[in-house]
Amino acid sequence: MTRPAAPEQPEQAAADSESGVSRRHLLGLFGAGAAGAAVGVAAGAAGVGVAMSTGAANASGSGAASAYPFYGEHQAGIVTPAQDRLHFAAFDVSTTIDRDGLIGLLRDWTDAAARLTQGLEVSEGGAVGGSDYAPPADTGEALGLPASGLTITFGFGPGLFADADGVDRFGLAARRPASLEPLPRFQGDALQPERSGGDLCIQACADDPQVAVHAIRNLSRIAFGRASLRWSQLGFGRTSSTSTTQQTPRNLFGFKDGTANIKAEETADVSEQVWVAASDEPAWLAGGSYLVARRIRMIIENWDRVQLGEQEMLVGRSKGSGAPMSGGTEFTEPDFEAEGPTGATLIDTNSHVKLAHPTVNGGMRMLRRGYNFVDGNDELGRLDAGLFFLSFQRSPEQFITVQRSLAADGLNEYLKHVGSAIFAVPGGIRSGEYVGQALFA
Amino acid sequence: MNRRVLAASATATVFALALSGCVAKADLAEAIPVAITDDGCAVSVDTANAGAVTFSLENTGTDVNEFEILADDQLRIVGEKENVTPGQKVDFVAQLEPGDYYTACKFQQVGAPIGLASFTVTGEASKVSADEQELSDQAVTEYLAYVRSQTSELLPLVQELADAYAAGDDETARRLFATTRVPYERIEPTAEAFGDLDPKIDFREVDAVADGIDWTGFHRIEKDLWPPAQGDLNSDGQDAFLDWAPSTPEERQAYADGLVENVTQLHELVTADDFSVSLADISNGAIALLDEVAAGKITGEEDWWSGTDLYDFQANVQGAYVAFGAVRALAESKGDEGTKLAAEIDAQFTSLNEALAAYGSLEEGFVNYAELTDADKKALSDQVNALAEPLSQLTSTILGV
Repeated sequence: MTRPAAPEQPEQAAADSESGVSRRHLLGLFGAGAAGAAVGVAAGAAGVGVAMSTGAANASGSGAASAYPFYGEHQAGIVTPAQDRLHFAAFDVSTTIDRDGLIGLLRDWTDAAARLTQGLEVSEGGAVGGSDYAPPADTGEALGLPASGLTITFGFGPGLFADADGVDRFGLAARRPASLEPLPRFQGDALQPERSGGDLCIQACADDPQVAVHAIRNLSRIAFGRASLRWSQLGFGRTSSTSTTQQTPRNLFGFKDGTANIKAEETADVSEQVWVAASDEPAWLAGGSYLVARRIRMIIENWDRVQLGEQEMLVGRSKGSGAPMSGGTEFTEPDFEAEGPTGATLIDTNSHVKLAHPTVNGGMRMLRRGYNFVDGNDELGRLDAGLFFLSFQRSPEQFITVQRSLAADGLNEYLKHVGSAIFAVPGGIRSGEYVGQALFA
Repeated sequence: MNRRVLAASATATVFALALSGCVAKADLAEAIPVAITDDGCAVSVDTANAGAVTFSLENTGTDVNEFEILADDQLRIVGEKENVTPGQKVDFVAQLEPGDYYTACKFQQVGAPIGLASFTVTGEASKVSADEQELSDQAVTEYLAYVRSQTSELLPLVQELADAYAAGDDETARRLFATTRVPYERIEPTAEAFGDLDPKIDFREVDAVADGIDWTGFHRIEKDLWPPAQGDLNSDGQDAFLDWAPSTPEERQAYADGLVENVTQLHELVTADDFSVSLADISNGAIALLDEVAAGKITGEEDWWSGTDLYDFQANVQGAYVAFGAVRALAESKGDEGTKLAAEIDAQFTSLNEALAAYGSLEEGFVNYAELTDADKKALSDQVNALAEPLSQLTSTILGV
């Protein structure tokens, strides 16, 4: 320990460390990259003893330079204050790899994610520091950019435990969480197989879209030959607040979204509704969560022709302030009994806010973390726009209950669910571990 | 930046640094620090043991710099690290035999060397290098022979195809088309090295139009043999009849003669006494063949009218495998990493060949590419990616740089 211990930027720390994972080890070409351990040390230290930086990147965009700890009790990117940008990717695991190959991939992904989330290249000197005669290990588009609040969150789909033919490819069938099954069919589903499902998923959130894309791009590359992209989704604006320090953003219907979302500060609700408890089954998922992803197309051209009064009635909130139609301000609890002069309830019985409310769903809530998307336009010249819905919950039952309740939602006329996936999100990662290690123990 | 996060990361940094210092101590002893400034190039020691010598470069200057190791004539550059940017710390490894050298930097990467200093390498000349020279020579000999064998194979096949096509025997010509191309596709990067030959032999219509050259060669013949129907589109979405009409018998004769002539020229060029290839040419050729597959064959754009893309695909893969085979022993001579890389590449070649075998073989014929579903193509593409990633490391590995 003869080296000076002073530099202030994490960048410098890792540059000094001799922790460079060779590209080949990252690729896992030769078994689970042993060299990854050193990375774990360097990046892992960043997480040791550091509390979750809840509320660190408070208002949207202000956290551009922040780096969130990668290691901790839970994976980052769930109660972390929702960043502005998303790149989400679902992968199919190659039929050519076995259990050890899968573990190797998870180890390599973990090592790379530990670095990327700290604003570092995928390996030391990865972008331009390598041989002139080899492709750079890091694709380079994030050079010079800060961590930008990047979080990388991994999840395991039902296909990991048994493939479409019921084959237990990785010896995991007995460990499948009982409720980790493809979601049932809901009203308004028009699911496209190529936008649904997946054996593995990675959610990359950052305040800079280039940083989020860089993460998915490099992690996809690391997976070549072991897992391939099934579908992916960019999101350009968060539609939920996950911290009381954040402003409530608007979705593409123009309404504030996520007012009543579970916030990181509501620690009792987070424990009760988001994290899988140690007493829940299966034990390997303790500290984890279930992730539901839904690509919800909004027929915004039709929506935009709806009168303001009707829009507010359908949503159940004021479009301007976000206050419930029963009165008050944005964060006033809706009063579903309150009646207007005509004797009708101020909040429509079939309004979105009512049908989604915990009081009509057995107290069930979710932590929503969705993003707006616009992927060009369709063949009719309509924007291919909507909400990429993401929710984290202790049990898939929470989402299923609320989604069934929403069958009567008047908004459905303007919505089409075209993609659907569910993943078990393992608990947090400790330095030296790989994501989901308990599953393979 | 939020203060709390800043504080957290600063604390963590100290810890990370201390830990990694311990881990890396042994390695650090090996590296020779080089302090690069705008007007200096201070190498901390002036001697090293023969073998892989690691220089730990740090540029504290104001602009980009370059570190060089010169032979004792002070002219020949035996190793260099370019693009060392201000503030950058980067390791550079040079393979040095015993002898007298000079070290120097080059501010802004131009002009005279700065801070020229003598540097002595002592110890035993590496025995490996003699072996490596042998392996290297063998790789070149082997691959040259392969290239020549393929053009020799190509010539009579092309003659037969050209004759049938010129004579209007379309049925025979269609039967010959895909298999005739195989020897060419196996060594395509070599042909591409001769500037204008590949465009004349193998350009697709959209490439010729884009480059503004006369469209000749295999694919011109292909479109006559599998003529479009009214309303069909080229791969770029243009009307297939835009600036195109079926060739007249005279035009057919001209295209047939032209193809034979160009292929003959290719054969003469590669069989000339002074023709050779470098190690990097061979290895990069293997990589380029996989790129061909990934860019053109997977999308079905190569053989747009005949749908015979899978023949080209298989031929590219075979050619890449031969090129890899030529340098394999050299890769394996580079220690564990090289051995593992070679094994990985080999395994991925096997998987790719297995995937291709599901659709036929060069001997029995392949299905028309149009019969593959998007899912089929994705599965092939995944396997191409799986091979291309480790293969892209091959050149660096065999050159040891």
